[in-house]
Amino acid sequence: MSYAITIGPHRYQFDDLKTLLARATPLRSGDQLAGIAASSAEERVAAQMCLADVPLTTFLQELLIPYEEDEVSRLIIDSHDAHAFAPIRHLTVGGLRDWLLSDAANSNTLAAVAPGLTPEMVSAVSKLMRNQDLIWVASKCRVITRFRNTQGLPGHMGVRLQPNHPTDDARGIAAAMLDGLLYGAGDAVIGINPASDSPEAIHTMLAMMDEVRQRYAIPTQSCVLTHVTSTLELIRRGAPVDLVFQSIAGTEKANSGFGINLAVLGEAQQAALELRRGTVGDNVMYFETGQGSALSANAHWGVDQQTCEVRAYAVARHFSPLLVNTVVGFIGPEYLYNGKQIIRAGLEDHFCGKLLGLPMGCDICYTNHAEADQDDMDSLLTLLGTAGIHFIIGVPGADDIMLGYQSTSFHDALYLRQLLGLKRAPEFEDWLESMAITRAGKLQAQDRQQALLQLMETFR
Amino acid sequence: MNAPFSPATTGNSAITEDSWQELASHTVARIALGRVGSSLPTRETLRFALAHAQARDAVHTPLELSALSASLQDLQLASLQVRSAAPSRAAYLQRPDQGRRLHPDSRASLLAAGVEPCDVLFVVGDGLSARAVASHAVPLIAATLPLLQEQGLRVGPVVLATEARVALADEVGECLQAAMVVMLIGERPGLSSPDSLGVYLTSAPRVGCMDSARNCISNVRPQGLPYPLAAYKLAWLIRAGRTSGTGVALKDGSAAEAGWLQLQQQLALAAQQD
Repeated sequence: MSYAITIGPHRYQFDDLKTLLARATPLRSGDQLAGIAASSAEERVAAQMCLADVPLTTFLQELLIPYEEDEVSRLIIDSHDAHAFAPIRHLTVGGLRDWLLSDAANSNTLAAVAPGLTPEMVSAVSKLMRNQDLIWVASKCRVITRFRNTQGLPGHMGVRLQPNHPTDDARGIAAAMLDGLLYGAGDAVIGINPASDSPEAIHTMLAMMDEVRQRYAIPTQSCVLTHVTSTLELIRRGAPVDLVFQSIAGTEKANSGFGINLAVLGEAQQAALELRRGTVGDNVMYFETGQGSALSANAHWGVDQQTCEVRAYAVARHFSPLLVNTVVGFIGPEYLYNGKQIIRAGLEDHFCGKLLGLPMGCDICYTNHAEADQDDMDSLLTLLGTAGIHFIIGVPGADDIMLGYQSTSFHDALYLRQLLGLKRAPEFEDWLESMAITRAGKLQAQDRQQALLQLMETFR
Repeated sequence: MNAPFSPATTGNSAITEDSWQELASHTVARIALGRVGSSLPTRETLRFALAHAQARDAVHTPLELSALSASLQDLQLASLQVRSAAPSRAAYLQRPDQGRRLHPDSRASLLAAGVEPCDVLFVVGDGLSARAVASHAVPLIAATLPLLQEQGLRVGPVVLATEARVALADEVGECLQAAMVVMLIGERPGLSSPDSLGVYLTSAPRVGCMDSARNCISNVRPQGLPYPLAAYKLAWLIRAGRTSGTGVALKDGSAAEAGWLQLQQQLALAAQQD
């Protein structure tokens, strides 16, 4: 089906729904690279005007990627909840935006319609929303997840402690981990990106983190962010696996480029559930995503990168994750060129994830060849804080020495907490108090008698 | 990593220093930075700014071709200059496809250059760090040349390429009928490594080669993989690749050779004497 609109002397025609979505997308380099972006500013708004009038039911009939050829399309259609969809079924995309911003949409009604929304509907409506709309509606969404602590409560924000080291050196990792804990970070997860993919090396890291957690009775979870098949194998070998991690994308072909499919994710989730390591809940999955992953794998089917991204959230949603985060600026300037594009994408990803019911976090980050700097990250950090972000990343001094990019620091998280009054997961906050790391939520100066510091003696 | 910058903040009572500063000896990560309220002390925010500025400059500083040509001349190597199809640095950063192809003028000039077919062709590309290339490309070539002469290989003129991605060397090698190309290119700079040189070896280069058909040596710089070891590894891969072809099937066995261990010992000894 084609879509058309006339503006003054110009008639704009869009051959199909995916073309309409691509042309309606706010400017970003990845869609230009793919050759699917609007060719003028007016064409972009024309597409947005056209898109506003598309009924939501169209997205259930006109699939962007064929049902027969893509298991993510099949998952989206087969798991669509018609009952949840009923209250908004009569709306157009523009009507959905109006409803989302209205007082009728509150935490309860938004949670109730989430299973009735498809990624394509959510992506479409985000293209009609300004940054303040993305922030306001996301702030109304409530998503609570649990494993060894409770995350996503109103007025709370988590931090993933990311103590990476270029050679996986145990002392180097432990030093960064201690630094993070003493700065009050680590309630979302303590998660290492390993340099090595050797199962023995990963087993050692898992055992080390588990030992520290048990020794100090820290109510949090750990994770080594390796391939899901490696984690499955480590579970079989008896390694202490709390969370199963995997990078995911929004098309079957892109996922197969990652070496995964829905079946293997399901198998890993089942294996982790059977370990019964969670104490207050059983959300055992951790996913990372990012705009541009499908295009970079040449697996985007001509669909814009933001819509591909939101389709990845349908994959995530299927496995009830504890944590999901977009690694928004990591992929580089071919996909998101500058601070403006990264900020917009971060807000879109957070909004779309939350609207679909995900515990959506963000790795607020950039690389040195992007037109971005710390000021841009400060802006996105502050905006996502106001939007109710589930969790952010904490890297010592914002400088990840293993992955070679800049993320947010422990200090950044403290800034946001004091600015917006954001609390840590309650179980973790209690633990920090018991260790005299915080008092009434505020970081305390530490002397050398601090019990956590004795940990390093293990590594001498 | 640690910039030569030490403002007079010692004894500044606004700063809460961290009692675990000795842990910093275990990692180059920015730990135990201290805080003012919840924020970074002035010294740390400026140290970070300097590191980022250096990484940014590495990405955006143009490659000085005349200086490179002169240094190569000292090694008795002629050089040719080409540019990719990317018309600017901004285009280069956004259009990887353009950086992989020669500008039509450069292609024409290579085809008209009358260069004899060779066994090994070095291409030096700016990539994402001209600083890496300016610092390390010529020393690495100088360290590699004698090893290639031992193998009796003909080395072509060095091609200097701007706004270049790795795959640009495929078209260069095809135009000049090289049996193998070695692309020396500036890697994506990190805050603590703004000058890493990457080396990509491709046999039977032609437009459209897959990345899986290459072998890579990364992080060449004195603080990473030093020149003598990188040269040894490269010469080993060239020797092995000449018979079996390059790519994922060619596993780098250089570190198992006696020569590699000898070099490592020499380097360790030299480091001790420093």
